[in-house]
Parts: sequence; structure tokens; C-alpha cells
Amino acid sequence: MSGSTHTTRWRDSLADLLFRGLTQLAALTVLALILAIMAVLIDKAWPAFHTFGLKFFTSTDWDPVTNKFSALTSIYGTLITSLIALIIAVPVSFGIALFVTELAPQWLRRPVSTAVELLAAIPSIIYGMWGLFVFAPLFADKAQPWISSHLGHWPIIGGLFQGPPIGIGVFTAGLILAIMVIPFITSVMRDVFDVVPIVLKESAYGIGCTTWEVMWNVVLPYTRIGVVGGIMLGLGRALGETMAVTFVIGNSHDISLALFMPGNTISSTLANEFSEAVGPLYTSSLIALGLILFFVTFVVLAIAKLLLLRVEAREGAKT
Amino acid sequence: MNANPIATPVPNRNAGPMTAQIDNPKILIRDLNFYYGKFHALHSINMQIPEKQVTAYIGPSGCGKSTLLRTLNRIYGLYPEQRAEGEVRLDGANILAPGQDLNLLRAKVGMVFQKPTPFPMSVYENIAFGVRLYERVPRVQMDERVEWALRKAALWEEVKDKLHQGGTRLSGGQQQRLCIARAIAVKPEVLLLDEPASALDPISTLKVEELIAELKTDYTIVIVTHNMQQAARVSDYTAFMYLGDLIEFADTSTLFTNPAKKQTEDYITGRYG
Amino acid sequence: MAQNKRYLFRRGVNLFNLGMSMVATVFGLFWLAWLLWTLVSHGVRALNLNLFLQDTPPPGAPGGMANAIIGSLMLTAVGVLIGTPVGILAGTWLAEYGRANRLASLIRFINDILLSAPSIVIGVFVYGVLVAPLGHFSGWSGGVSLAIIMLPVVLRTTEDMMRLVPDQMREAAAALGAPRWKVTVFIVQRASIAGMLTGVILGTARISGETAPLLFTALNNQFHSTDMSQPMANLPVMIFQFAMSPYEGWQQLAWAGALIITAAILILSISARLLLRANTFEK
Repeated sequence: MSGSTHTTRWRDSLADLLFRGLTQLAALTVLALILAIMAVLIDKAWPAFHTFGLKFFTSTDWDPVTNKFSALTSIYGTLITSLIALIIAVPVSFGIALFVTELAPQWLRRPVSTAVELLAAIPSIIYGMWGLFVFAPLFADKAQPWISSHLGHWPIIGGLFQGPPIGIGVFTAGLILAIMVIPFITSVMRDVFDVVPIVLKESAYGIGCTTWEVMWNVVLPYTRIGVVGGIMLGLGRALGETMAVTFVIGNSHDISLALFMPGNTISSTLANEFSEAVGPLYTSSLIALGLILFFVTFVVLAIAKLLLLRVEAREGAKT
Repeated sequence: MNANPIATPVPNRNAGPMTAQIDNPKILIRDLNFYYGKFHALHSINMQIPEKQVTAYIGPSGCGKSTLLRTLNRIYGLYPEQRAEGEVRLDGANILAPGQDLNLLRAKVGMVFQKPTPFPMSVYENIAFGVRLYERVPRVQMDERVEWALRKAALWEEVKDKLHQGGTRLSGGQQQRLCIARAIAVKPEVLLLDEPASALDPISTLKVEELIAELKTDYTIVIVTHNMQQAARVSDYTAFMYLGDLIEFADTSTLFTNPAKKQTEDYITGRYG
Repeated sequence: MAQNKRYLFRRGVNLFNLGMSMVATVFGLFWLAWLLWTLVSHGVRALNLNLFLQDTPPPGAPGGMANAIIGSLMLTAVGVLIGTPVGILAGTWLAEYGRANRLASLIRFINDILLSAPSIVIGVFVYGVLVAPLGHFSGWSGGVSLAIIMLPVVLRTTEDMMRLVPDQMREAAAALGAPRWKVTVFIVQRASIAGMLTGVILGTARISGETAPLLFTALNNQFHSTDMSQPMANLPVMIFQFAMSPYEGWQQLAWAGALIITAAILILSISARLLLRANTFEK
């Protein structure tokens, strides 16, 4: 064997070691990052928690002047807008996924899927501007008066549909969030629908099931873990969405059950007030809000990931 | 080097599966045991591989023929749960010993796999890549080496105008011959072929088999095949394995016409597959 | 007879639901069309060459957004230049050394969470680490926050693409005697380069539209400045400030900026997809 020398071999072994070390270091950065984020947030949020204690979660005060802050309105706003988003987005996503996997002719599938995914590529701020300048006025003029007058008088839920016809508010924010998370949920649903074994569907068709019956009775139960995972993923995204919500939620710190009233979410409060926050307690309270948001999204996304991993494992076991 | 031309008989531990006498084997395998995790895949294999001949491993699926082949260049070492115990002596030196330079070993013992795997580069680069691992070769000599390797693999005429096209653009049979050229280019002494033609059409298979017949003048060849007829066509010696044991090793014509063991005979006559 | 009615009912349900799924699809695409139409119709009005030549003006005066465009390019570049190498190296470790490894599974898990984590929290984090201690906003901290958002995207695509390369190719290279690092770099990464590039492009598209993290890190700058140690002009925050303002001229600029950013992102996203498709078909 000509040319090879012992030193070349030694250099290669060293190179192998360095390469492995370098790449491992880079991978560990991910862990370091998440720990650092938690550490920094906890550290900076601590003064607020220390000052307000548990009342931070239960009271609705938010007064920069008297330096009293609490998270309830923001947490409520975050949760309610995300809930509205899911209520709208989940059936729509299911419909789109059904269309793309079962109904659409072959040539239509990819363009429709790509178009839906483009919804995810559009930056949040664009949604915000569109929502504030285009959608809200139209909604206030045309739709809101009708809804308020017709549904506003229904017992129990009527109170939900009250509010000044200005177009912005909790509902609008929820609707825009819905549009933003549709591509995420649709994409996961479509992926899990695609890997349902053909034999399963064929045996259902074989006994005379309609397409809908196959979807509802065979595909959906088979894929339910993945579907729930996709929904959790959409929820995680909706919870953290900032710019779109900031434009259209109205930024009020009053809590109200009516959907057409303005409100605020954790992220909109942070976006609006952070640069003007004076005083360490104000800043610390804002960061405390951020910590709460981080914690909640972390849990939701972790659940989503665990569910989707279960789906992958089952697919792997089958092959 | 053993000055005694008379062969020493193989120590008999397995009721003598070796019915062929090999003088100065290129590779001597002694008490080789192999494990996939807890699974004992090869049981105390003893075997001698003759130099510059073609030795074939045959046997039903799961018999361990590929496993055995892959110990000869320690490619199993890529997977931590696989391990080998025993001795595999290449020209007298035990390659299973710790501290063995694996890259140098693989320069001496080349391998061609079942599925043709051209690298994502041009035909020329595919071959140059291996050579550059060991030698600093200026452009002109590299051109010559590439041509030499492609000629040896009976591929030169077909690709000489396409040297800088991607390796994946070739047909299946051509890709496999490219892999053979690639293995030859680093000038090994032993060539391990793991079912090299099983993914190819009959015409390409024929070309590969002709190639093997030519190559054995320069290289010791060990080929694993699930196709008995192919083993009968190309090999000088054949080893029949079953469920991790070496059942019989003999020169090919004897093994196929007058096998010593009943198990061998049953397999060859198709009693089981 | 009852059987017939039941069957008709089932068919009705089927048609209804399939119809609804088409409605849902049209619903989804309707918003996309409306959004894009709004963007184009409002943004085109304010499109002119001055956008690229003049800096952001005070309210009421004419001007452009050259400083914001340059600032965005610089911030995005920093984000890409920091996030990409780390992401590729980390993805490589996961793909090549992290097959059956508990640590690797944990890192993969955390990475996927980071991928979808609220970008505003990342902004607050970088604020706490870089802005507060140094006492001022800066382009560097903006770039770092973008890098943190880019990292998980690049890591994920790198690992996924490298995993797609069959083990036989690795074995073939190892069988020639190539050391592990050469197998990884010259064979595996070379085979997956198109996919990895796609990940980088998609990550770039994503960070160029991010506003929230920049609010806490780079903020904005009304003037032309390439000094990364000071607040940096950038399109997203500029759009935010101008859109929320009561000045018509500023709002027009905001729409123009929105159009430019969206066009850039859509071009990047579509190119990434085409790149990926071209390479998967070649196999």
C-alpha cells in the first residue's frame, strides 16, 4: 500500500475526535439555550412574583401609576383568543385535510397544499395590518351589528356577542389567529391521513362505506393521536402569536366575557408596553408574563411532540 | 511465510467441515464467534480462504454468510451492538486484535455491496475519492489511475465520455461496476463481494460474473451469493453455511457434485431454500 | 323502503360533509387571497424607486425606507451567519452520532419545542442577556435573537436530510477506508446538500419577517446607520411603528414595506420548495 503513512492515520483520528466534539458541542447549545432562557426569565421575573405573590395570578389590576400589576386579564385573553382560534381552525383544517387527501383530483393536491402552507409563511405583522385596516372596519360595519342584534339577546350565550361595533376585540383576534394556525393543523392532519394503511380504507369502502363514513369512522379514529398532536401544535402557535394580535385586540386591561370587547394577551401586552415600561417592577411584571407564556407554550408543545412521537413510533413498528 | 509446501491440516473442532486443503491461505479464520447484541449469529467458524481464487459463501437466508463476510473488513464495527470474538488472520496478522488500524485494513480488503451505491459525485470523482484517501496523486496520474480502474472493471468503454457526469446517472449494472472500479482503484489485495449481482438484470449479472473471472488473477475474492448456480459458475471454492455454522467447505465442483454432508446435499438439491 | 331511506340519508350526509370540506378549503384560500390582494393593492400605491433610495422620513415628509431595508438585510445576515453553522453542526451530530442515544432524543425534543416557541419570549431573553446589561439596544442583539429563531429550523432540516442518506452509502465509504469525518462531510453532507440548503432558505424567510424579537433587541432607527452596536433600522419594526401611527404618509410607507417583505419571503419560500422538489426527483 503506497503513500499512506502513520502520521496521516493519526491526523485522521484526531480529526474524527475534533469533528465529533465540535458537533456535539453545537448540539448541546440547544439544551444550554433552553436552560438559559428559563434561568434569565425566572431571574428577571422574580421581583414581580416576590412582590405580588399568588395575587399576581388572581387579581386584574394593571396600573403603571400605582405600580400594581397582575396577570389574570392577560392570561385570560391569551387563553380565550386561542380557544376561539381552535374552535374555528380545527373543523376548517379537518375539512381542508379531507379535501386534499380524498376529494381533490391529483393535479389539484399540491397547489392547494402549497397555497395553504403559504398562509404560514406570511409574517404576523401583515396579518395584523390587514386585520386592523381592512377586516376590522368591514366587520364593524357589516357583520357586527347584525350579530349583536340577532344573537346578542339569546339567553346565556347572548352576552358573548356584545360589544362596541369597532371591529377589533377578542373575537377578531381569535379569528385572525385561526387563519394563522390553520396551515399548521392542516399539515399535520394531512400527514397522518396519508399514512393510514390503504388496506384499512379499502376494507371499509369494500363494505359500502361512503367517503365521509370512511373518514369519520376509520381514518379519524386511527389517526386520533396525531390529530390531537396537530391541534396541540396549533394551540402552541396560537398562544405565542404576537404581532397580529397586538394590532387587533384593542389593548385593554379590563376583563370582560363579551367577545367583541377589547382585551389583551400576554404577547400583545409585552409588545405594546415593554419599550415604555418605567421602573423595575413594571419591567419585572412584564417579564413575569413572558415567563408564564413560555411555561404554558412549553407544556403544550411538549404534549404535542409526545403525541406525534407516539404516532411515529407506531408507524415504525408497523414496517 | 511457511516454507513447508505441504499443507497442515486444519484443527478439527467441528467434525471437519473443511474437506479442502488450503496451503498458505490468504485469510485464516479460527474460532470466530459473532454477536448481534445477545444474538449469537456465528458459531465457532474455522475456515481458510485461498489466495487469488474465488471463494463463495452460500446458504439459506439468515445462515450468517453476509455476517461472516463483514467480519473480514470489520465493517460491522460501525455498529456498537455488533461484536466478534476469535481470530481472523490476514497474511498471518489477526485483524480482530485491538489497536488494528481499520482504515489501512480496508485499503487492503475492499468491499462491494449488494445495492450499487455511487457517491453523489461524478464518475471520475467517485474513483478519485478513494485513491485520495491514501495517496497524493497529481492530476495526470489520477487520470491514468481512473482509466486503469475503469478498464479493470470493464466499464471504461461505456463511460469514457461521461467521466464528469454524476455517478447516479449510470444504469444499475454500470453503477455496480463503478463500485467495483472504485474498490479496485485503491489497490486492495482482497475483494469482498456481498451479493453483487442480486440487484441487477441478467445481462449486467453476466458482465459482473465475467469480471469476477478476470479479477481473480490479481485479487483474492470472497463472494456471498444466494444464487447457487452463480456460485457454481464463478467460484473455485464454496462454503455452505446454515444458521451460523459452517457446514462444509470444499472446492466447488466437489461440493456441488459430491457433497460430504447430507445437509449440503439437501440444500443443493433444493430440499429447502 | 326503510333501507332505501337510510341509504339516501347516508348519501346525503356524505355529500353534505364533502361539500363542507370544499367550503373549508375555499374558506382557507379565501383569506389568503384577500390578504395578498390587500397587500398588493395598498402597497403598490406607495411603490416607487425612492423607497430604496431615501431613508425613513419624519411624519408628513416624503421619503423611503432604504435604511430599514439595509438594516433588515444586515440583521438577517447576522442571524443566518450565526444560526446556520450551529444548526448544521448540531444537526450533523444528531444524524450521525445520535441514533440510539438518550441525550440525542432529549435534544431533538427540546429543539422541536424551540422551533415553535413564541418569538417574543426569545426577544425578552436576549433583552435580559444582551440589552439590559449593556444598557442599550443594538443590531447585534437583534441578530442574535434572529439566530436563536433560525437555529432549530436549520438543525431539523439538516438532521432530517442527512438521515435520508442510506447507511449503505456510509458503509461503502467506510469500506474504502475513509475516516468517519470524511464519510460525514464528503459523502453524507454532499448527498444532502440540497435539502440542507432548503432548510437555510426557509429559516431565512422566517426570520426576515419576525417583528416581536426585534422590539426588544434592535428596536428601530430613523436614520441611516450601519453601526450594529446601536439600534438598527429594520422593516418589521418600522412597519409596526408607522402602521400604528396616525400619519397617512407613514401608513403608506408601512404598506409598501409590508409588500416588499412579503414578496421577498414568498419568493424565498417558493424557491426553497422548488429546490427540494428538483433534487428529490433526480434520485
